[in-house]
Amino acid sequence: MHAQINAIEDQINGIILGKTQQIRLAVACLLARGHLLIEDVPGVGKTTLAHAIATCLGLKFQRIQFTSDLLPADILGVSVYNRDSAKFEFHPGPVFTNVVLADEVNRATPRAQSALLEAMEENQVTTEGETRALPQPFFVIATQNPSHQIGTFPLPESQLDRFLMRLELGYPDAQAERALLNGTDRRALLAGLKPHIGPDDLSRMQREVQEVHAAPALLDYLQALLNYTRQAPEFAHGLSPRAGLALLQGSRAWAYMDGRKLVLPEDLQAVMPSVVAHRLTAAGSGSSNASGAMLAEQLLQQVAIP
Amino acid sequence: MAQRPISLNSRPIIAREAYGLAVGFLLASAAHLLRLPLWLGALIGVIVFWRIYLAHRKLPTPGKWLLGLLAFAAAAGIMIEYRTLLGRDAGVALLVVMLALKVLETRTLRDGILLGFLGFFLLVTNFLFSQTITTALYMLGCAWLLIVVLIGMQFTGTWPGWRQPARRTTVLLLQALPLMLVLFLLFPRIQGPLWGLPHDSHAGLSGLSDNMSPGSLNSLILSDAVAFRAEFRDRIPEARALYWRGPVLWDYDGRTWTAARFVFNANELPAGEPSIEYTVTLEPHNKRWLFALEMPMQRPPRSVATRDMQLLSTTPVRSRMRYNMSSQLEAAYGADDSETVLQRALQLPDGFNPRTLQHARELRRKFNDDRQLVAAVLNDFRNQNFVYTLSPPLLGEHAVDEFLFDTRRGFCEHYASAFTVLMRAAGIPARVVTGYQGGQVNPVSDYILIRQADAHAWNEIWISGTGWIRVDPTAAVSPARVERGIASALPRSDALPMFVRGDFAFLQRMRLTWDSVTYTWNQWVLGYNPERQRQFLANIGFSDATWQKLAVLLFVLAGLAVLAGALLAFRDLRRSRNDAVRAAYERFCRKLARRGLPRHPAEGPVVYARRAAQWRPDTAQEITTITENYVALRYGNSATPQAVRQFQRSVSRFAS
Repeated sequence: MHAQINAIEDQINGIILGKTQQIRLAVACLLARGHLLIEDVPGVGKTTLAHAIATCLGLKFQRIQFTSDLLPADILGVSVYNRDSAKFEFHPGPVFTNVVLADEVNRATPRAQSALLEAMEENQVTTEGETRALPQPFFVIATQNPSHQIGTFPLPESQLDRFLMRLELGYPDAQAERALLNGTDRRALLAGLKPHIGPDDLSRMQREVQEVHAAPALLDYLQALLNYTRQAPEFAHGLSPRAGLALLQGSRAWAYMDGRKLVLPEDLQAVMPSVVAHRLTAAGSGSSNASGAMLAEQLLQQVAIP
Repeated sequence: MAQRPISLNSRPIIAREAYGLAVGFLLASAAHLLRLPLWLGALIGVIVFWRIYLAHRKLPTPGKWLLGLLAFAAAAGIMIEYRTLLGRDAGVALLVVMLALKVLETRTLRDGILLGFLGFFLLVTNFLFSQTITTALYMLGCAWLLIVVLIGMQFTGTWPGWRQPARRTTVLLLQALPLMLVLFLLFPRIQGPLWGLPHDSHAGLSGLSDNMSPGSLNSLILSDAVAFRAEFRDRIPEARALYWRGPVLWDYDGRTWTAARFVFNANELPAGEPSIEYTVTLEPHNKRWLFALEMPMQRPPRSVATRDMQLLSTTPVRSRMRYNMSSQLEAAYGADDSETVLQRALQLPDGFNPRTLQHARELRRKFNDDRQLVAAVLNDFRNQNFVYTLSPPLLGEHAVDEFLFDTRRGFCEHYASAFTVLMRAAGIPARVVTGYQGGQVNPVSDYILIRQADAHAWNEIWISGTGWIRVDPTAAVSPARVERGIASALPRSDALPMFVRGDFAFLQRMRLTWDSVTYTWNQWVLGYNPERQRQFLANIGFSDATWQKLAVLLFVLAGLAVLAGALLAFRDLRRSRNDAVRAAYERFCRKLARRGLPRHPAEGPVVYARRAAQWRPDTAQEITTITENYVALRYGNSATPQAVRQFQRSVSRFAS
């Protein structure tokens, strides 16, 4: 099974150069039925990555550019009066698809953001008193500019918690950048991509990920990690139970991609920085302003594997 | 995976540990806090709650400068309060406040463990102040709590809640019990304390003193503190025969009676057959008097008897003391006392109590015989509306005059004082004897309990040809005082310590039961001295135990206790790691660690195997296989007993 996945990975790696680890995490996130947040400066290939994932998996793809004047209806859809039938007809918004790329999600107002985030959590949309299910699989890739940029509404912590992973792409290394400069246009490559599997295959894989075995010994380790964040003084607050579930799901997907039917502590450690970094804040905001990534690294160092 | 081990210095204290340490410290120092000056207690409270607040809000602990400043200020405050930093009180105050600051400073695991152990030291200082059963039990509870906190700090994985360290501590303490008993019973005892207690340890002990001024006995009578206990060989004599002799007072200045120095030379005790034998267990009172029934027929070891029959220890009684005594209840003595001594017993200050002197002269004219004169005076006390009360009116300059002719209300010190003055004025040598009268028989274990409230003063007069005989004018006024104790002699309205009166029969009985438990504790735990030890060893068959024999016995038994503990611990260890796979894998890791490649606690097995395989390519295959098996057994769900055994064997075969 993981041969298929590796093929997909290779294909995406052919388009986004030098980002093997991030691509693997992004695919794992998808397999774990989680939503993905990519945070980075413009122009490092966030949109291309989202697009490539959708195409390779044979999923329908919609892109929503978030702007400060975006309204919930622009995302969810709107009912329009049809003069012929003398009825209101619902015109589904771009959210009714498999993969939604919410570009620059922190440029929109909180009102528009929350419309998308509700859809992410419930896998359904409620407008005008009617609830409509979203197509399955449903996967949101949101991109975000670093919050210190002008004109951004940073996502609150409660909404950040709904993203299973947060990735930072970062600049490509010299070798990859040279290949990028020498090669053809990425968008043209993207257009030539063929889907490897279909939505049904993806749903099956997601079910199989659920069945990857997490032994009591592994759960002990996971709980030790969670407890540490709740008790050590350098964390402003501990990880939520949702974060614990996200860690378990992410590490199951990671093990699955490795072709294993059991989760190892190493799987947990591999996905942990991306899963927990955006959920952690350092205590005592003044002096020791450690970033989430630094806290996640410390967590890995300090908690012994039982 | 970086190779930084989890060290004591880098691992911070987490909130629950900070709470545990703070609470442990507060409880261990609770008894001290009540004794410390108010400002110091408040300061310590503020410091500890500050730490709890910091832990609760996850705020950093204060910096070195602030702590240094606080430490200096507290030390200066103690210096001002006590005028020293040494000695028991100031030393303990300093220890408590510095430990409180250490609580505040506690940041890392190392600090926490250090503080836990310092807590035990703090705990022991409580015994400088009190050695009762209650103290011992309380200290045991505190020690238990400190161990719980110390064990609680050792958890690295999932926190199982306080219940588990609490259970483990209880088991530990129970395991230590046999070792403790062996050490207590067999460790060679030495006479007296190994090192002297600080000089101020004995301040504030109450008891009789070498002078008596108005009101001095009154304050004693309001205390229900235990003065001593006595156990009789045969029967307990009736209460009115129980005169426990203490300081004898000779000199009067119109207001205060004081002991005379000239009698402080040793004297032979009266000869004769003792009529009663008993053992006294005297509470420390920081004076030299050893109390005994009149008249003592023997001297306790390391004591002298004075001319006027006081028993004096060679050093002040600063720890509980036990001595055997024998007495002759009705002995007169000193018939051959010299003229100098008798002159001293006739001295009166000039210019005081003219009416009494006049009255004495009249009596002398009426009665030629000394005994008749005494009987007449006692009769007057009995029949002229004298009242026995603890709250007499205040007396002026001619205290005896006012008492005898105006107020006629008072208690033993008034009667003893007035009687002596009257006798001396009539030309009969007389003196005041203070001590205790009566006592409470404890039916629970058949000894007699004498409290400070039983303090009493009576008289001795010298009759030519007979010697000194006891006269108790108080008994004439209030026979109930000497027959049934002070409570029955006083009007109900007079204040007395709660337990001195016989009310609340149930409480009284509980109180007596408790006192008999305390008595046993004093006899067998606090009073376990070389003699007791010899006695105990003789009972179990070691009749001539030298300290060398004791040491051998001690080592053998202690060794057995440790061995038993170790066996238990090993069984416990096996049970706690019943996960055989994990145990075998840890063995494998230890083998690699011995070769110089330890596994970081947070390093996963596969990553470690990769590192090890690179490091020792010759055994790479073996390492990989073992790790694969381990991973499958521990993180998979297909472990069979055979597979586990095979895995264990492969680890055993793995050559380190």
